[in-house]
Amino acid sequence: MSTILVITEIQNNDYKKASLEAVSQAGKLAGALGQPVTALIIGAGVQAKSAQLGEYGATTVLTADDAKLANYNPDYYKAVVVKAVQETGAATVIFSATTQGNDLAPRVAATLQTSLAADCIALDATGGKLLAERSLFAGKVFAKIELAAPVRIVSLRPGVFPVIQQSGKTATVKPLSLPALESKLVVKQVSKTGGDKLDVTDADIIVTGGRGMRSADGFKHIEDLAGKLGAAVGATRAVVDSGWRPHSEQVGQTGKVVSPKLYIMCGASGSIQHWAGMSGSKCIVAINKDPEAPIIKRADYSIVGDVFEVLPALTAEVAKIKS
Amino acid sequence: MKIIVCVKQVPDTEANIKIGADNKSIVEAGIKFIINPFDEFAIEEAIKIKEAGKAESVIAIGWGPERSQEVLRTAVAMGVDDVVLLKTDAVSIDSYTAAKILAAKIKTMSYDLILTGKETIDDGNMQIGPMLGELLNIPCVTLVTKLDVDGANLSAKREIEGGYEVVETACPAIVTCQKGLNEPRYPSIRGVMLAKKKVVAVEPAAAEADQITVTTMAYPAARSGGKVVGQGAEAVPALVKLLHEEARVL
Repeated sequence: MSTILVITEIQNNDYKKASLEAVSQAGKLAGALGQPVTALIIGAGVQAKSAQLGEYGATTVLTADDAKLANYNPDYYKAVVVKAVQETGAATVIFSATTQGNDLAPRVAATLQTSLAADCIALDATGGKLLAERSLFAGKVFAKIELAAPVRIVSLRPGVFPVIQQSGKTATVKPLSLPALESKLVVKQVSKTGGDKLDVTDADIIVTGGRGMRSADGFKHIEDLAGKLGAAVGATRAVVDSGWRPHSEQVGQTGKVVSPKLYIMCGASGSIQHWAGMSGSKCIVAINKDPEAPIIKRADYSIVGDVFEVLPALTAEVAKIKS
Repeated sequence: MKIIVCVKQVPDTEANIKIGADNKSIVEAGIKFIINPFDEFAIEEAIKIKEAGKAESVIAIGWGPERSQEVLRTAVAMGVDDVVLLKTDAVSIDSYTAAKILAAKIKTMSYDLILTGKETIDDGNMQIGPMLGELLNIPCVTLVTKLDVDGANLSAKREIEGGYEVVETACPAIVTCQKGLNEPRYPSIRGVMLAKKKVVAVEPAAAEADQITVTTMAYPAARSGGKVVGQGAEAVPALVKLLHEEARVL
């Protein structure tokens, strides 16, 4: 019997939220596609966590457990996923469109000689057909798409699909017999400068600063608020071009496209390119001293004022309700 | 060392995108097309490697309709030696189709390094590089912000979640480029003159049928928006209350 195979990711010894979203969405499609959900976990020492995925809709959990898989290597991980697809006969494969998923999914697709519908924001099944929706031109247009490939591979944008948990359900855990792990890539150095810092594409809340933050030091106010909210720090292109923040934090058409629950935009006017990257946010807040700034007109809520006065007050107020 | 750069023409980031009457494609009239911004980093890096005396040739390959010749001229103006357009009029969002078109051509060429942007800003797929790596059976390193090539090997610094890693591999290899790698140059006057005279080789692309097709397109829902909560720091408690009770996002 065929299956929906979900490729999960582990971070800090736990599932990434995006992975729980993907397993939950697969669970919702299981009925319509007439296929149960198999979740694949890849890593070193990942056995213990596995049965828990049953609560999110997985019937079976496959574990690929090997010291060589402790860190992401695209060639090793690709070989493991391809093996899992072949062993399960999966007709649908779901990734998360995370940094890792974006690197891995196209390799798996090309190896299986099939296409990849990347970064989907909706996924449905009718009459055995798989229908998805994704943004084009960084959110200026949305397209409904149909997948005709024999093995249908999709990746889901993090933060868009709900996590659905049903306590008490467990999955059957089976080890995957590992393929040969070979790679011409040698990792010489890994530096996690950000520590456990959230990536903007993974975050539920993003606090973004624009040129109005005046300097790299000005971002201390952004970091303070982000810290209190458990949010990721985002930046506009102007800020990244000025060297105040790394490119990995840039949101917009030439940066990252995000869909958080709450997007707080500070000291930025909201260019068409930036708007394209964050307009999928559920709630947008703007803080800007210019009442005529485009972002003030388009945000759900805005405060007209000096970011250097409003941000510390907001950080203090958030601290109050969190305690 | 021989370098191939893959480049695509895309609508300008400023462009207003309009959906066509068929409800599944965009209206091209009135759109200014530009070179995919991430491909500019790839071209710049290739030229820098050549200028450092480490490569003897840089060839840019484009794919897409006739109008894509323009971006290949930009590549010539920046300093690439030769260009070829793999012409296809089919509008596709299926990167596997594009990767196969490119791979079919590249397989007939001799190369040590392929450079391209980490993604194209039209469909935002981020797939061409890794798919080409598989189709050509060569290593692929994505999201690179620093590249050192040394004859038969390369060392690349690449973005990972929360930091970076340094990866080494043997050539031939493919590298996808992003911001931070370099500062793309403006074409010189001499370059622009050369580009004007350049005859772009146009070959029909070996395009296969897409497995992903657009059924309908729509604009994002208009946001009702626009509630100014107040002025300055005294508006903060009201904002937090709204986020907590009305929007329920805190």
